[in-house]
Amino acid sequence: MASANPLALREQFDTAAQQKDASVLAMWIFLVTEIMFFGGLFLAYTAYRSFYPEVFGAASRTLSATIGAVNTAVLLTSSYTMVLAVRAAQKGSRKALIWFLILTMIFGTVFLGVKAYEWHEKFVEHHVPGPSFHLEGEPLQGQAQLFFSLYFAMTGLHALHMVVGMGIMTVMTWRAWLGRFNADYYTPIDVAGLYWHFVDVIWIFLFPLLYLIDRHVPK
Amino acid sequence: MSEHIDSIKTYTLIFLALLALTFITSTVAYIDLGPLNIVVALVIAVTKMLLVALFFMHVRYSTKLTKIVVAGGLLWLAILLLLTMADFVSRGWLAGT
Repeated sequence: MASANPLALREQFDTAAQQKDASVLAMWIFLVTEIMFFGGLFLAYTAYRSFYPEVFGAASRTLSATIGAVNTAVLLTSSYTMVLAVRAAQKGSRKALIWFLILTMIFGTVFLGVKAYEWHEKFVEHHVPGPSFHLEGEPLQGQAQLFFSLYFAMTGLHALHMVVGMGIMTVMTWRAWLGRFNADYYTPIDVAGLYWHFVDVIWIFLFPLLYLIDRHVPK
Repeated sequence: MSEHIDSIKTYTLIFLALLALTFITSTVAYIDLGPLNIVVALVIAVTKMLLVALFFMHVRYSTKLTKIVVAGGLLWLAILLLLTMADFVSRGWLAGT
């Protein structure tokens, strides 16, 4: 295969297709470890929410579902621009690839900005676990702290993955700028896209579980 | 290489479906369905996950080996969640059991 990039076919592979399949498979194996990693937190949340349903419901209702929904839309939009970036790479369109990667990073930044605003609110309202924690009208402060501990652990770990994703996208944009990818070789873009979409999927579950499932009970 | 390239239209339709599902789940959350609220929220979340995985993450076109790995990951997650919660429920540790 006549490709501009020497990485397009390394010597241990027979064909470029085989090399790409190996990369995609390896990324999925990593993502499976990530599923189990986040799975532990989802399990802890499910278990403690089952132990203390009333307090978890009251604590969950202090979050803004509107902000959560808007941020979900922002993250889904970033996934949309990401998949268009992969498509641009498949087509060998360097300019479109760079622009869609930049758009993805912009929406990722907006998501993190909204998240930072939400966390800031928690500090102002004394909803951060610790000595100054206080949830209005809640006799069981310990259980309420448990909800917010899990809230910060889960959204924090998710945001950390977003920050890592932003770093990956920065490197991808730089390499695309240098013309390292073409229609025959764009595996790094494809694999980076898998990571970005995976982080999106984690949020798809965090949003209803943290923000939504206790909304229907009147305050 | 038998590379599939989806049309922009396909991706746009999936994106709009994801936004619509986000709106629906946010709206339905305020309607009192009793224990069904969690079920509806999770069914919508799983639907969104499938749309992202199958279309945006190209699982539809992946090799069989990759598909097995993805399904295997979800299977282990299900074991983690179901066996642990089955233990809690059967010990009567949960509120209301």
